[in-house]
Amino acid sequence: MATKVHMEALSPTMEEGRLVKWTKHEGDPVKSGDTLAEVETDKAVMELVARADGQLLKVMVPEGTTVPVGNVVAWIGKPGEKVDGDGAGAPAPKSQRSAVSGAREDKPAPAPPSASPRAAPSIPANPSPPIAPADATRVKASPLAKRLAKDAGVDLKLIQGSGPGGRVIKRDVEAAPTASAATASAAQAPAVPRTADRAPRTGVPYEDVPLTQIRKTIAKRLAASIGPIPHFFLTTEIDMERAVEAREALNQQLGEAGGKISFNDIIIKAVALALVQHRACNAWFQDDHIRYWNEVHIGMAVAIEDGLITPVIRNADQKNLREIGAESRELAGRARNRRLKPDEYTGATFSVSNLGMFDIDQFTAVINPPEAGIVAIGSIVAKAIPDGDRVVVRRRLRLTMSCDHRVIDGATGAVFLKTLKQMLENPLAMLL
Amino acid sequence: MATLTYRDALNQALREEMQRDPNVFLMGEEVGVYQGAYKVSRGLLEEFGAQRIVDTPIAELGFAGIGVGAAMGGLRPVIEFMTWNFAVLALDQIVNSAAKMLYMSGGQINMPIVFRGPNGAALQLSSQHSQAWESWLAHIPGLKVVAPATPADAKGLLKSAIRDNNPVIVLEGEMLYNLKGEVPDGEHIVPIGRADLKREGKDVTLVCHSKTLTVALKAAEQLAEQNVSAEVLDLRSLRPLDEAAILESVKKTNRAVVVEEGWPHAGIGAQIVDLIQRDAFDDLDAPVQRITQADVPMPYNKLLERAAKASPEKVVAAARRVLYLD
Repeated sequence: MATKVHMEALSPTMEEGRLVKWTKHEGDPVKSGDTLAEVETDKAVMELVARADGQLLKVMVPEGTTVPVGNVVAWIGKPGEKVDGDGAGAPAPKSQRSAVSGAREDKPAPAPPSASPRAAPSIPANPSPPIAPADATRVKASPLAKRLAKDAGVDLKLIQGSGPGGRVIKRDVEAAPTASAATASAAQAPAVPRTADRAPRTGVPYEDVPLTQIRKTIAKRLAASIGPIPHFFLTTEIDMERAVEAREALNQQLGEAGGKISFNDIIIKAVALALVQHRACNAWFQDDHIRYWNEVHIGMAVAIEDGLITPVIRNADQKNLREIGAESRELAGRARNRRLKPDEYTGATFSVSNLGMFDIDQFTAVINPPEAGIVAIGSIVAKAIPDGDRVVVRRRLRLTMSCDHRVIDGATGAVFLKTLKQMLENPLAMLL
Repeated sequence: MATLTYRDALNQALREEMQRDPNVFLMGEEVGVYQGAYKVSRGLLEEFGAQRIVDTPIAELGFAGIGVGAAMGGLRPVIEFMTWNFAVLALDQIVNSAAKMLYMSGGQINMPIVFRGPNGAALQLSSQHSQAWESWLAHIPGLKVVAPATPADAKGLLKSAIRDNNPVIVLEGEMLYNLKGEVPDGEHIVPIGRADLKREGKDVTLVCHSKTLTVALKAAEQLAEQNVSAEVLDLRSLRPLDEAAILESVKKTNRAVVVEEGWPHAGIGAQIVDLIQRDAFDDLDAPVQRITQADVPMPYNKLLERAAKASPEKVVAAARRVLYLD
C-alpha cells in the first residue's frame, strides 16, 4: 500500500508549514531519509524527509502552498501503484492539529485536486464524534504512555503523538529518545543549593531548585505588577579602552589568517565567563522552580528580514574568541537565510542583544523566556571623562541588563554586572 | 480423554453427579421421555428412573419453585429450562427465593440448586427467543453464573455447579450443543470463578465467554495473519469474575476488546471495562472497545440477524482500533 507523506511538525510550535520547494518530483525514486521538500515553518526553512522507500508517486500540494501540520502532501509507493485520491490534501482525520486548523474558517485548506462528489455523503461504518479543538497546551496521552514517559524521564510535550487527536501512545514513547542520565542525577541534587556559588563542573548540565515561599511570593507579586515577566533594568557604563586595544592586538596577531574578532565576540565571552561566576543569573524560571544552569549557552539576537532569532553559542564560557567568532558568524549567516535547525535556536541560558552597529547609545532588551536575563549592548562612543583634575577622551560602552525579578534581584544583577564590567575593562581578567 | 459434543459432556456430568450423590435430580420440560429438547438428558430416565428425572408441565415458575423448596429440604435439584428466554417466567423464584435464601435465613438454609439451559441467539429464532441474559443474572448477589464455551468446561463447570451449596446459573447454547472437543474422563472439575487463557498473545486481549469464544478465536486467527498477536481470555464464570486473570492479561497487552452476546447497555462487557479502567488504568494504551449484539431486538431476517451479532470481522476491526492500526 502506498504511504502518505504528511506535513510534519518540524518545530515544537509549528502548526502549519509553507511548502517552499519540492526537491523530489513525481516519479523520482526515494529512500527513507531523503529530502523530499523544503518547508518554511514559523521559525526556519526545514527539510521534509521521506519516511518510506519507493517512488514519489504523487505530489498533492503545489509549491508555495501553506498546509496545516498533519495534512497529506504526497504519496510514496511502488511504481504504478494507485493512491487514494479521496484523502488527497485533506486534513488527516485523526490529527488533532489538523482538526484545529480545519475549524478555522478563514484559512482555506488546499483544494483536493480530485474531490470525489461521492465521497461526501457516505457515512463511515463507525462514525466517531468530531474532535473538538483541544487546548493546544494540553498533551493527550494514554495512561500507559504517561507512565512510560514518566519512568523514562521523557517529556511528553516533546513527543509527536500518533494516536487519534494526536494522542501520545506507547509506541510514540518507545520511539522517543530517552532523557540523559542528567535528569536523574539532577533530581538528586541538594534541596537548598548555594546559587551564589560558581557553577560546579560536575558534568551535570543544570540543577532544578524548587521555589521557596518567599521566591513564590516575589514571583507572584512582581508578575502581577508588569506583564508575565517582571523586568527591571540595570545600566552601567564600561570603559572599553583596553578591550579596544586588546582586540586590535589580537586581530593583528591573527593577521591574514582570517576570522577577525569582533567586540560582540569579546562581549559574549565576557558575559559567559561572568555567568560562570554568578550562576544566580544563569537560570530559567520554570513556574514552580528555578533551573540554575551549570552550563552556559549564550543566545545571540540576530535581526532577520521579518523578525529576529537568537541562535545559541553553546558552552560559550569554554570557547576561545576565535571559536566564538567563527561560530557566531556562521550561525548569524544561516539565521539570516532562515536555515537554522530548531536545536540551534533553542536552549540558551542567557542572551545578548547588540545594537551597537546601529549607533544606539543604550537600550533595554526584552527577556527571552524562560531565561532570566539579557544584556543590551549599545555603541562604543568616545566621551570626555573626568580623570582626576583633567578631562580625557575614553571609548565607552553603555550596557543594560534586563532581569526577570522572579529570579534575579537588584543586588544579584548588580554583582553580575560588576564582574562583567571588570572583565571588559580589563580583558586580561578573562584569563583568570 | 474422549472427544465429546458439548451436549454429551453435560450429559456425562449429570450422569456422574447423579451416580455420585443420590440427592441430585433433574427436572424440567421434556427432560425424561423425550430425553431433553436438546438431548442433554439422553439415557438418564432409563438409568435413574422417573423419580430423579422429572418431566414437568409448561410452568417455569412452578417447577423452579418446586426446585427451590427441594433444595431447602436438602436435595440438589438441577432445573433445566428449555431456553433462558422461558426462564424469565421463573425469575421471581430465582431472584427472590433462590438468591436470597441463605442471606435472609441468617445463613441457616443453603440453596444447592442449578438452573441451566441454552442462552443467547441461535439461528433465526427471532426477537423473543434470541436473548442473552447473563447481565441480568450476574447482576444478582447470591447467584453464581457460569457460561462454559467448550465441552470440557461444560462438564467441569456443571459438576462444580451441582456440588456448590449456592444457586448456580449455567448458561449453555443451542449453537454449542453440537460443538466437539476433548473432555477428560471421570472426575473433571473446573472451579467456578476461574477464567481460562484459550490463546496466548501479546498485543491485545480479547475477553469473551460462551459462544463469543469461537468469535474471538477466529478473530485472533485473522489478526495473526495481520501480524497482530491476540490473547483470548475465556471468562467461563461471570459471577464471581476472575478479575485477576483479566487484569494480568491487560497489563501484559495494554489493550482490550470485550466480546459479548448481549446488548451493549449495562452489559457484562461494561462491568469488565469498569474493572479494567479502574485497576489497570496506568497500563492502558487505548480505550477498551466492546463488541456486542446490536442494540435492537434480534431480527428474524437472516442477513439482519448476522449483521446484529458479534462477528470475527467486528472484533478484528476493534482490535485494530485499540492498536491504532487504522
